Formats: sequence, C-alpha cells, structure tokens
Amino acid sequence: MMASSYSTKEEDGHQSGAPGPGGGVNAKSRKPDNTAFKQQRLPAWQPILTAGTVLPAFFIIGLLFIPIGIGLYVTSNNIKEYEIDYTGVDMSSPCFNCSQNYSWNSTKPCRCSVSFSLDQPFESNVFMYYGLSNYYQNHRRYVKSRDDSQLNGNLNALKDPSKECEPYRMNDGLPIAPCGAIANSLFNDTLELYYNDPNGTKTLIKLVKTGIAWWTDKHVKFRNPVGDGSNLSAVFQGTTKPVNWQKYVYQLDSDPDNNGFINEDLIVWMRTAALPTFRKLYRIIEKQGDATPTLPRGNYTLLVTYNYPVRSFEGRKRMILSTISWMGGKNPFLGIAYITVGSVCFFLGVVLLIIHHKYGSRSNNADISS
Amino acid sequence: MTHSIDRLSCCFRRPETTGDSETTPLLRPPHQDREIPLPAALRHVFPNNAISVNAITPSHKQLMDRYPGNKIRTTKYTLLSFLPKNLFQQFYRLANIYFVFLVAINWFPQMEVFHREITMLPLLVVTVASSLKDALEDFRRYKFDRIVNYRAASVYDWKQQDFVLKRWKDVRVGDFVKVVCNEVIPADILLLNTSDPNGVCHLETANLDGETNLKQRQVVRGFAAPNCSFQPEHFSGTVVCEKPNKTLTHFKGYLAMPEKKKIGFGRESLLLRGCTVRNTDNAAGIVVYAGHETKAMLNNKGPRYKRSKLERKMNTDVLFCVGILFIMCLIGALGQYFWLGTFPSIPPFVPPDSNNVYIPPSLSGFYMFFTMIILLQVLIPISLYVSIELIKVGQVFFITNDVDLYDEETDSRVQCRALNITEDLGQIQYVFSDKTGTLTENKMVFRRCSIMGTEYCHKENALRLAALDEAESDEEDPAFPQKKVPSRLQFRKGKSGAALRRWNSARARIGVRGQAEVTLSPHSDVAFSSPLETDVAPDRRLQRITGDEAGQMEAWCRVSRINGGACYMDFFLALAICNTVVVSTAMHPRQRVTGPLNFSTTLKSLGHIQTLLKRLGSLSHVISSLHSISEKSSPTTPASPPSPAASGPAGDKEDMGGITDSGSLNTSLEDSEADLPPTEEAATERSTDPNSDGLCYEAESPDEAALVHAARAYGYTLLARTPDHVTIRLPQGSLLTFEILGTLAFNSVRKRMSVVVRHPVTNEVVIYTKGADSAIMERLAKSAENQPEENKRKRIAAKTQRHLHLYAKDGLRTLCIAKKVMSLQAYTDWLAVRQEAESAIDNREELLMETASHLETNLTLIGTTGIEDRLQEDVPATIASLRKAGIQVWVLTGDKQETAVNIAYSCRLLDQSDVVFTLSTASLDECNSFLDCTLEEVKRYGVQPPWQSGSRGPAFGLVLEGHTLGLLFEAGLQLRLLELSRHCRSVLCCRVTPLQKSAVVKLVRNKLKVMTLSIGDGANDVSMIQAADIGVGISGQEGMQAVMASDFAISHFKHLKKLLLVHGHWCYSRLASTVIYFFYKNVAYVNLLFWYQFFCGFSGTAMIDYWLLIFFNLLFTSVPPIVFGILDKDISAGTLLSLPELYKSGQNSEGYRHSTFWVALLDAFYQSLVCFFVPYLAYQDSDIDIYSFGTPMNTASLFTILLHLAIEIRTWTVVHWVVMVGSVLLYFIIALSYSALCIDCNPPSNPYWIMENQMADPVFYLVCILTTVLALLPRYTFRVLQGTLALSPLVRARQLDTLSPQVRESFIREWRSQEDASEAASDQVLSSPTGPGSPTEPTVDRGLSLHKDGNEDTEKPFSPGHRRSISTMTI
Repeated sequence: MMASSYSTKEEDGHQSGAPGPGGGVNAKSRKPDNTAFKQQRLPAWQPILTAGTVLPAFFIIGLLFIPIGIGLYVTSNNIKEYEIDYTGVDMSSPCFNCSQNYSWNSTKPCRCSVSFSLDQPFESNVFMYYGLSNYYQNHRRYVKSRDDSQLNGNLNALKDPSKECEPYRMNDGLPIAPCGAIANSLFNDTLELYYNDPNGTKTLIKLVKTGIAWWTDKHVKFRNPVGDGSNLSAVFQGTTKPVNWQKYVYQLDSDPDNNGFINEDLIVWMRTAALPTFRKLYRIIEKQGDATPTLPRGNYTLLVTYNYPVRSFEGRKRMILSTISWMGGKNPFLGIAYITVGSVCFFLGVVLLIIHHKYGSRSNNADISS
Repeated sequence: MTHSIDRLSCCFRRPETTGDSETTPLLRPPHQDREIPLPAALRHVFPNNAISVNAITPSHKQLMDRYPGNKIRTTKYTLLSFLPKNLFQQFYRLANIYFVFLVAINWFPQMEVFHREITMLPLLVVTVASSLKDALEDFRRYKFDRIVNYRAASVYDWKQQDFVLKRWKDVRVGDFVKVVCNEVIPADILLLNTSDPNGVCHLETANLDGETNLKQRQVVRGFAAPNCSFQPEHFSGTVVCEKPNKTLTHFKGYLAMPEKKKIGFGRESLLLRGCTVRNTDNAAGIVVYAGHETKAMLNNKGPRYKRSKLERKMNTDVLFCVGILFIMCLIGALGQYFWLGTFPSIPPFVPPDSNNVYIPPSLSGFYMFFTMIILLQVLIPISLYVSIELIKVGQVFFITNDVDLYDEETDSRVQCRALNITEDLGQIQYVFSDKTGTLTENKMVFRRCSIMGTEYCHKENALRLAALDEAESDEEDPAFPQKKVPSRLQFRKGKSGAALRRWNSARARIGVRGQAEVTLSPHSDVAFSSPLETDVAPDRRLQRITGDEAGQMEAWCRVSRINGGACYMDFFLALAICNTVVVSTAMHPRQRVTGPLNFSTTLKSLGHIQTLLKRLGSLSHVISSLHSISEKSSPTTPASPPSPAASGPAGDKEDMGGITDSGSLNTSLEDSEADLPPTEEAATERSTDPNSDGLCYEAESPDEAALVHAARAYGYTLLARTPDHVTIRLPQGSLLTFEILGTLAFNSVRKRMSVVVRHPVTNEVVIYTKGADSAIMERLAKSAENQPEENKRKRIAAKTQRHLHLYAKDGLRTLCIAKKVMSLQAYTDWLAVRQEAESAIDNREELLMETASHLETNLTLIGTTGIEDRLQEDVPATIASLRKAGIQVWVLTGDKQETAVNIAYSCRLLDQSDVVFTLSTASLDECNSFLDCTLEEVKRYGVQPPWQSGSRGPAFGLVLEGHTLGLLFEAGLQLRLLELSRHCRSVLCCRVTPLQKSAVVKLVRNKLKVMTLSIGDGANDVSMIQAADIGVGISGQEGMQAVMASDFAISHFKHLKKLLLVHGHWCYSRLASTVIYFFYKNVAYVNLLFWYQFFCGFSGTAMIDYWLLIFFNLLFTSVPPIVFGILDKDISAGTLLSLPELYKSGQNSEGYRHSTFWVALLDAFYQSLVCFFVPYLAYQDSDIDIYSFGTPMNTASLFTILLHLAIEIRTWTVVHWVVMVGSVLLYFIIALSYSALCIDCNPPSNPYWIMENQMADPVFYLVCILTTVLALLPRYTFRVLQGTLALSPLVRARQLDTLSPQVRESFIREWRSQEDASEAASDQVLSSPTGPGSPTEPTVDRGLSLHKDGNEDTEKPFSPGHRRSISTMTI
C-alpha cells in the first residue's frame, strides 16, 4: 500500500504524455452538461399497448376496411370481362393446325378464327388484351436484354447497341434495331374482331391501336432516331431487323406516329411483365355513342393471324375483352381481402374488449403488482 | 553478526567483480575497447557534451544515433501510407471480405445480378466511412503529437556551452536537459542535479497516473555534491542502464565514470516523461530514454477490444443466417435446374449467353447459386456490424455524460475505455470486488491504539466520527457547504465553519479551512483532506499520560535507555518519524518545508529548552546537539541569540500551550498536568488550529498520513522533513531534530518500513519500524537479559496480539510499531554492507531486502495502531441493490480474515442472520471433509440455489482463506467449491494474492458460464479486472493501474449501481432489440426477392430497382434503428433504480435469446409473405410490369419495417419522430425524383415515371395499406396482449412509468413489500422447527468454522499450532 506505483493514464486510446504546460489545464470542469438530451430526459411519449388503448384502433380499422372492401368488391364485380384461349392445344380447337406448324420464320401466315358469344353487353370503352401464360418475361437475362438508349433514339446506340443485347446485338455485321431478346420475341399475332350480327353479316369492329402504351413511354422514353428526313427507313439505314422479325422496325405501321420505336405494340411489349401469366393491352374498342353498348351481347368471331409460337414453353395465348374501372381490371381479391382483414380486426377488437374487461382494469389501476 | 555481514558483503562483491569483466568495458577509455562490443542487454548513453563528443568512437556514435529521438508519433498512418495501410486493415475484416467476394462473383456475366458498380457500392460506403473515421482520429492524434513535439525544452548545447531552448522533438538521448519548476519533463531523464541542497527533486505524476501527491526523486547518489553548480561540459561519465522497458517500478543502472568508478542508481533517480516538476527550482539530468522509448509511451496501449456476450450470440445467429442463405440459394439453384427442365424446348424468354450458346440446366443452376448469393446478400446483416458500432458510440456518449456518475471531487466522469461491451453491463451475474479502496474509501482514520499492552480506545474520537457521519449524511447540497459540525465535542471551536468535504487524496492538509481565498476548484493542484482524517480527538487517558511523560524531559532523557521507559513518547515519535510524509505549508502548497516554519517559535522554544536544560545543568550536550541541529536543518535561521521577546505573545500562547509554565522540569507532575490543557477540548483545539501551523502533509499512503495526524493530535507534530533530517515539535513546543541515517522503504513483500535516526538527545542510533503484525511480530527480540524483563515482554506481546485481534475484528487495519536501539558501530558496519548493496547492479533488490531485514531484528514492540478504513458512501445500499438485482457479490481481498469479515458485515454483504461457513485450513483432508459436510448441510435446504428460486432459503455465506483456496485449486477441488458457493449468497475470500483473485474469477466465469464483473482500484486488482468479462476500475487513491486495465472506470463504488442497473439495462435492452430488429429487417426485406424467384423461373430477377434496393438498407431504414438503439428507454432510470429486480431480465438474456431470434425470423417470413403475396394477388394476371409490381411491395415493405420498429419503440422523443417521418419522406422524395429523372439510365429497370404512375393509381394505396396492416397485425396484437396481461415485470414497470410520481411511489413500495413478504414467508418456513432436516437451532449456531492454523500463524500466541474448531460465527 505504501509502494508508489504508477503508470500512464490515457484517454481515448491516446497518450496524454503531457497535457499543457505546468498543470494549467484544469480550467474547465469536466462535469457533463445537465441537459435533457444528455441526461436522456427528453420529453417523450411512452405509448403502452394495452387492450384499452388500442381498442379504438382495431374497431376503426375494422369499420373502415369492411366498407372499402365491399366497395372494391362491387366495383370489381361490375367490371365485365371475357376471355378466350386461342392457343389451339386441343384437336378440336380451330387454331390447332396453326399451332402445330409454328415457326418464327414461317413466311406464310396461318389464320384461324375463333367464335364466341358475349352474354352481356359491354358498355363503356372495352379494352382488348392478349394474354400469355407460362411466359417468363421476367427472366433475369431476358429483362436485361435491351438497349434503352437505342429505343430512346440515340444514334450511337442505334449503330452500336449495348452489350446487354448479346447475342441479339448484331446480325450479319449489322446492328439490330431494336436489339435484344425482348424485342426479338415481340408478340406478332394479329387479332381482328368481328361482330356476328344476328342477321348473318360480320361486322369488323374498329380497334384503336394508339393510346395503349403509357404516355410517358410513347413521348419520352421511346423515340425514333432523328435522321435527315422524315423517312424512317432512311434513319434506320444500316441496321437490320431482329432475327425473329419478318419486317423491319420501320415497317411496323403505316402511321408515322406509330412506327419505328414509337410503335405502341412494341412499347407495350417492351414493358416486361412482372409475372409469368400476364396480359398486355392490344387494342381499345371505343364507345361509339350513348345509345348502343360498345359491344352488344351476341356472337363474335376472333380472326387470328397465328404467328407467335408458344408450344416451345407450353404457353397459352388468350384474348381478353374487359371494361375497366378506377381500380383497373377485374380482380375481386382486393375487395375480399379488405373485407377479411376488416372482419379480423373487428373480431380482434371484440376479443380485446373482453380481455380489457377482464384484465384491463388490473393494469390500469390498483393491483399492479399482483 | 559481523560474520554474517562479511558473508553478505561477499555476496555483494561477487556479482560485481564477475560482472566487471562482462559489463564494464566502458570503464576503460573508449579508444581501448573498440573491439569489444558493448553488451547488448544494457543501454549505453554517452553524454552529449564536448568531452564526450570528441572522445566518442564512431561505433558508439552510431549506437547513439540509433537511439530514437524524442519525437513522438502516435498516428497510425502518414499521408502516404494512409491509403494502402488503411485499405489493408479494412480488408482484413471478415465483413469486407464478404463484400469483396460478392463483387467478385458479380463480375462473372453468368451470375451478374446488379451492375458491377452497384455491387461495389456497399463496400465502398463502408470502406470510405471507416477510412474517414480512421483519418479523422489519426488527424486528431497528429495534431496532438504536433503540440507535444513542438513544446520547448531547455537543452544543453555543447557548442554554445549553455542550455538553449529546443523543441521536444529535437531532444536526443544523451542530451542534458534542464527543467524548471512546474515544467513538464520531456523525456526520461536521469537526475544529476537539482537546485535543492539535498539533491531532491519533487515530481507530480498526475499526468501519468492521476496521483497528485508529490513524489521525491533523488540525484544519483554520490555523483555530485549538491551545492556546486552543475556543469554539463565537465560530465565525463557514461550512463549504463536497462534497455527501454515498460515497468515503471523498476529501473536500475550505473554511471561509469572515467576514473573507473561505478555509481549505481535506481528508480528514485529517474524523472519520467510527462511528470511535472514541483517544488524544485530546477533540475537537470541526462536523457536516457527518448520518444517512444520512454516508459510513459511504452505503457501506452490502445483501447482494448472485447467481444460482448450479446455479440457472441449474435455471431452464432449470423451463422444461422448464413445457413438460411445457403438453403435459399440452394432452392434457387435447384429451382432453376428443374424449371429449365420443364420446357420441351428452349423458350424465347431464355436467351442464350452472349456467344449464342444455351447454358445447360445444371450449369445454369450452378450459376444460379451464386447469383442468388448476390441477390440475397443483405441476409447477412453486414450493416448490422456498422450500425452496432455506431450505436455503441452513442451509448458510450450517454454513459459518459451521465451527471450522476460524475464525481465533483476528482472532476472525473465515468470513463468507458472499452467501447464495445456496453451491453454486457446489463447482463452481469457475478460481481467480484476488491475491498480496500473499492468498498472502503482507503481514507484512513486513526481509531485506536495500544501502547505497551494497554489499550486506548479513543471513545471521543469515535463519537466525533459518528457526529461527522451524521453531518455528512445530512449534507445534501452539492455545493460546498460551509457548515458547522454539530459535534458534541466542538472540535473546531471558534473557527469559521468546517467545510465537510471529502477530498479524494491521500494528502492531508490542515489549516486552510478558515481561509476564504482558497479556491475550491476541484482540480486545483492542491487537494485537501477532510477533517475526518486530519482531526483526531485524543484519548483522555492517553493524553494525560503523554502529557505527563512529555513534561518530564529529564525523566525521558534519563530513562530512555531503559527498556519500556518513555515508551509513550517513543510510540508517538515513531508515528511521526517513521514514514515518508512530506511536509509543506498551507500557503505555498508545493513548497516543501525543510526547516521549522515559525522561526520565532523555534527560537523561543529553543531558548526555552536551553534555559530549562541549563537550569538542569546536567545535560549540556543535549543543548549543543539541539542547537547545532536546528541550525543545520534550517540554514536560514538567523544566528542571532534566541530572544523570547521577538515573538508575538498572542500566537505563542496558543501555540505553545502551557510551555511557559511547564517549562520548569522541576515542576511537579500535578502541576504539569494542570498546566497542560487537560481537556480534550483544548487539546483538539490546539492540534487542529488552522493558524497555528499551516502544515500540509503529503503521504504516499493514507495510513501514513493518518498516523502522522494521530501523533500530531498528541502534540508530536511533524514539522519538517528533509532526506537527512526530520523535525518534530514536542507537546511542550520544544523542537527535536533527528538526523535520519537511513530509510528502509516499504514494499509489499517486506510489509514494513523502518527509519534509522540518530537521537538528538541520547545520540543513540534508533530504528523505528512499523508494519504488518506478521512482519513485526516475528522480528521481535526473542530473549532478554533477565527473566522479569522477558516475562514483561511476553506479556506485552500477548496483550498487543489480543488487541490486534480485537482491532481486526472491528474491521480496523493494524500496524505494529517497534523500535530498536543499536550502537553507532553496529550501524556503521551495517551501513557499509548496505552501500555495497545499493551500488550493485545485479540482484540489487534482493540484496537490499536482505540487508534491510538484517537490520530489522531484535525489535522491541512498542504498540499497535488501529486505523479505520471507512466504507465508501452508499456501499451497503449499493450491495443490497445489486443483490436484489440478482447479482452475486463476492469480495476478494488481501486483508486478513477478521478485518474482511467485519467489513463484509458492515457493508451488509453478510447479514447477522446468515449462516457463515469459514474455510481456513492447511490440510487437504479437512478441506475435503469440510466441503462434504457443508454441501450436505446446504443441500438440506433445497436443491435450488437460494438466490435463483423465488422462495429463499436461509442465506449462506462462505469465507475462504487464500491459503486454503490455493490448496483447493491445487487439489482440483474447484468444482466442489463452486458447487458450494452456488448455494451461498455471498462469498468472501481473504488473504488472497492477485493471482488467486484472477483464478477465482476465471473459475466462476468459465465453469458457471456466467457474466462476471470485477471491480477494484489497486494494482493488485489488475489481474482480476482483466480476467472478468467486464473490468471496472475505481479511479481512487492507489494509482491508475486498475483504471488502465479496466473497461470502465468510475470514481465510487456506488456508481456501480446506476452503471449496471440503469445504463447496463438500457444498453442491453436497446442493443438486444436493435439486433433482433436488424435480423428481422433484413430477412423480411430480402425474402421479398426470394419469393419472387418462384415467379420468375428462379432466374435471379429483382422486381425492385437496384438503386432503391440498395438505398432501402443504406438510407431509408438505417437511421431509425440506430436512433432506437441509442435512445430507446424501456423503463425510466428512477424505476430501474428503485426496482433492481428488473435487472434480472438482462441476466437471463430475455431481450435476446435464440427463441427471440427465431420468432423474429418467423415474423419476418410472415411479413415478407404478406408483403409479397398481397400485391401479387392484387396484380395477378394484369398488365403490370416488373418494376411497377415491385413499387408497392417496396413501399409496403418500408412501411411495415418502419412501423414494426414503431411498435418496438417504447419512448418517442422528438428525435424518433424526426427520424421516422424523415425516413418515409426521404423514400418518397428519392423514389419520385429518381423515377422522374431517369429516362434511360440504369438499365434494365429503367424506372422512368413508374413511381409517379403508381402513385397516381388508387390501387397502389389500397395495396400498401392492406399489406401493412395485415403484416403488422400479429405482432401488434401480440404486443397488445403482452401489455394487457402484463405478465413480465418489465411491462409492469413500464406501466408504472406512466403513472404520476406519487402513485408510482406507492406502487413501488407495494411491490417492494410484496417481495419482502414473500422473502419473509420463505424464511418463516425455514426457521420453523418442522423445516426439512432442520439442525438443532436454526437461527443460532449453524456456523461451521474450520480453522487450522498454518505455519505462518504460529507466532500468534492465542492460536496454537494445530487446532480444529467448530465455532459459532453467527448468531
């Protein structure tokens, strides 16, 4: 105890060999500030989740969700939707023959017509979709296989597409426009819809092919390269078509506003679907007037120019006619889910109410330590 | 005797002569020894002056150049080396290697998920962040180094032949450096000269170890005459010393002079870098170690790295995560393989690789495995490590800023020296505490003494201390109150109020309390001692006796040769002389007093004595000796003849007491008694009078100070001390100056110290020795000349031993005082041997010890003192709280059993109703049987250890003796001991060595797998502190070694309570929740991607934009959990302190168990399922694209993860709100602006206008709301049920917090009483006679004490050599 022994004192891992000359360093007290923050006494809200306090929340959620759910369900139910599979897997199916001799480069188009009837008239605008199943547009390497700069009209990218497009980047020494696997596998069936009048005549229903892509896609994201003239073929000079395509990108449509990269069918296809079963907007059937429904009930014929092979991946092709509401297409799930969750919350609320009645008083007042 | 001295001196000479050939080539002129290499084990320093520089050989010059300069560089990097070195260090870490691995596999196109650059981002962020931190820290060090390096030092320049100012960094080994008063020493310097005539230099080592008392350093003995001025140019020797090492307590070497003389020196001549010179005008010396080789720098270690229990557990869970990741990746790989197999031919959406080659399914599956690792990398929560580090920084900030853990007296906060084990504080199960200085204040108060076998119990002093205690407990005002002590004794009558401060210093100071101008800045370089230590109320009886005795100069002089005569005087003289206390004045605190202060008094008293003695006429030699000595010791004393009239009568009246009247030695005994102030009132008045003598005692140990003050209370005032003389004022006011012939310093091996003085009156050589009883008792004179004498001695020894025992039982520290008179001749003989020993370079320590013990034989026992080591503030309450918190408290002390047991009782470690087993035996068989019986007995009270189960059995205490402990360890009986100890409520180990302390800690820690904490303040606790999971050092009286070794340093034991119960609990619960949350968060988020793999052909697609994916962890959800980990407060500090039981939750690791982890993971799985499948079902078979599909998932996931945290947050402050709302806003701002600006960037996600599109869609909101509600519903409900049913104490305590203070108070009281009631109930059961196997009398005599005295105790007269007793320790 009397042996004086010492060693260095250090702070923060730093030597304090000699702080300040002559010990004149002690001017400032090291006393911590007595502030609310430093002493961890900040004013605070301390919610305690007890049955009593959360009861209203449960009931409110329940009471809000159930009406919302009902509303959604009703809305969804009011949407009219008709779906027809024209893949032609069955022998009986009219497109069976077409589906058998599929090939990407078959020059002779195969046509088949599918008849169907609508039980109910479709009021308002009708959206015509094509649907594909078991089609993994979301495959990682497939999703990547595109060049957005090229699609945005970048001339450099047009001539020298991104590496991501490999192996659909160059063909025969020429850059492919549009490059990549997505564009290469563009959906190329043509669908025509005829109304079979009860009197026997077939009326071709007018299908609007613009307005099916996002406005921003059409006007900002996708752009044709700016060339010397207005002639698209000149702009795309020196590029070649994707391997599976039968025509060049500037031959997609006759309308210059819907040709080349800004062809809406291409734009819609390029927006890769999230799930393996998806639909894509194909055409819009606009409502003609207030008097007649857009699609009256009756028989229809779908004339398919069958180009797109799906047998290789056991896929299905569908044509969907649907009206839409503010919440999009027909999907009862949200409505049902809201009703269910709302009911569960309500039920839990009741259970908690019982619990609160039984135990809540205990935690709220007297007998806390029992 | 002479023979043995011869033998001794032979041994001394031998190593020297043999060593001569090996180690002394330097004695020859340098040019002769060119071929002989210098011994590598020693350092040779050639002085940097003209003589040496010209004479030095090139090889020696090279040697000198190789010694590093005094420039220090504590930085890790230089500007150039920063990048490579820092990067290397960073990539040394496992986490970063993981990142590198990810980046590497992402480089293969087959596995590439993200852009190569994107994968590097996390790595980059982590690396850059840590680099920045390192750079900043390093820059701070650099700046500090610069300041230090550029300080000025006065260095001798041989060209200019004078001392010139140089920078510190330019000082080199061999330079002569002069330091003046209050200057900091720039390097380790061998002291060659001081301005002090005695060659002494005083140091303050506060910068080194925080000790503010002065340390004496001595010029190399025999080197230079003190008074002649030091001339570096004439210094021609060479310094030979040890190689640089870090031991501060050892240093030896010799000066090799050209005339073949060797002068040895030791630690007392070394001035250490960083110390401050005090009280000495200037000192000069030669630099022996510079820069990084100085002892101060060598002792400088970086912060320690420990891994906390929680972190260890977390690491196993990280391994689980790795397992989960592996399984997921395997699923991905197999999925890819089988998925590809389902297609009859290659579908158009599986593109070939860039060479137009289709990858076969098996290879594709193999690639997929690695792709999935990249995709799901977040599952391994690397961010967790970074976040935890940040959280701990925050937690440490708050701990160090706690004003409750701040100590005003030493101006010290709690220090967190280990930054990463804060949460361990919340899980402590065992506390091992040192006793002295930790439980007790190490502030010594003189309580009792026994002189020549007569005990003086100092009742008055006890009363005074009791009164002081009362006053202290009343003292609530943190400002220094000037308050009168309500003492019956009025020990400071008429003076201004006594400031009842307890200053944390071993130094004692008197006589400044009345002075208003004394600034009480806590860190001023003057520290004060409390009246506690300085004031001693003398025992009335003893006072009378000493008064009588002191009055009888004549008698004393006459009888001093006779043994036993004047023993009282001897006793107090020994107290006053036999120490190393430095005296300084109150006004000039650092000016050492070398001569009597009050010259008028001196003269007067001298005059008095002269006249007295003249009147006696028979002791003329005394006069001369007195006169000459006083003149010699105080050179400034005017040579003028003594004139009594010169002094002011008023002051002298008080000072001198009744000397004027009692001056006549003829006065009768009764007269003198009447003249001397007979009452304790007057006596104390005099002894503590602040103005009488502004003396300030600075002792190296508090015991010494206490003894000096005790002597002073009886009038034996230590006035001045120089290395050669010590001046004492006798009760009558007369001065005696003793010539000090030698001091044999204290060390822990010898356990005693001695001072050899020449008595001024009798001219005899007297040795005063004080030390531990064991050290003194065996050195007493064994035989006396005659039988009665012998009998008397034995009687005294026996009586004293009994008193010693009594003191120890009272918890007092005992010291024995002995003396020995020897002839001058014998002394000079001894001195010759001693000097040999001193100059020896090998085995010097042992030789010195041997010579010392040679002198300290045949001692005569005078008496013994009992000094109380007072308990620190609130120790019993703290221990009680820790106990209630379920912490086992063990005390490990080097003190002896009785003292330790009594301290244990007084700090309520042991209770009077406890059953105490004492194990103290030297025989292994008895140990064995003892363990058997006690275990048997203990087990009768139930298998369950009493402190674990709710119902408590009788509390057992176990007292172990160090020797027995060693025996048990040797015999491998540790486990049995441990088993026994588990049944005991408290364990006390006494007389244990530092090594045993750490062995005990390690035993408990490793075998019981518990969290341990060691707390101690001294160097002897270091090993124990390092052995425990958490070491806590108390920055107290015994230096800073414990603090240096500790993880946390506090200033009082009571701070442990808040540190553990509040901060420990908070840190633990915060960190545990945060860690669990991180695991949950990562799994919940990453699983979204995993579920998507089932819908994208296991191709590794992410439906969320990569940037948002990375930002999600990096920005959107990183700050709230960190804030949560730093600021969340489950229960308020007040409630935690008043209900220590709440601590048990941390001990049982309730916050973070494997079950908690798995529940969190399950919840995460559930939530991710909800977050994925609700949007999936809502968008099924629609025209939604990948990234539009991912947006609601990402958003819902963000809400879920943040709101999940919101459920867990228990205290919402402004910070929480800001961070939470800020995170959500940040997400939307970044996502919106990113998708608005990025037209064709970041392929393939290409998020242009996706977010905007989604946010314009009502379904997006419907999906997000539904998902969030559904995902959080189970956890929310669970928490609600938990809160409602309030099953755990933590929840109940939280509910208490919301109540108003009064209500809470009453509830806590109720809670308390219920606990106590249940305790009492269980006690009832046990004490009932029908209790299971109850012994004869349950409450009385269940103690079993086994005591077998080993050989070391044989000198105790009351403890026969071999004995086994079963005695009652408990009532």
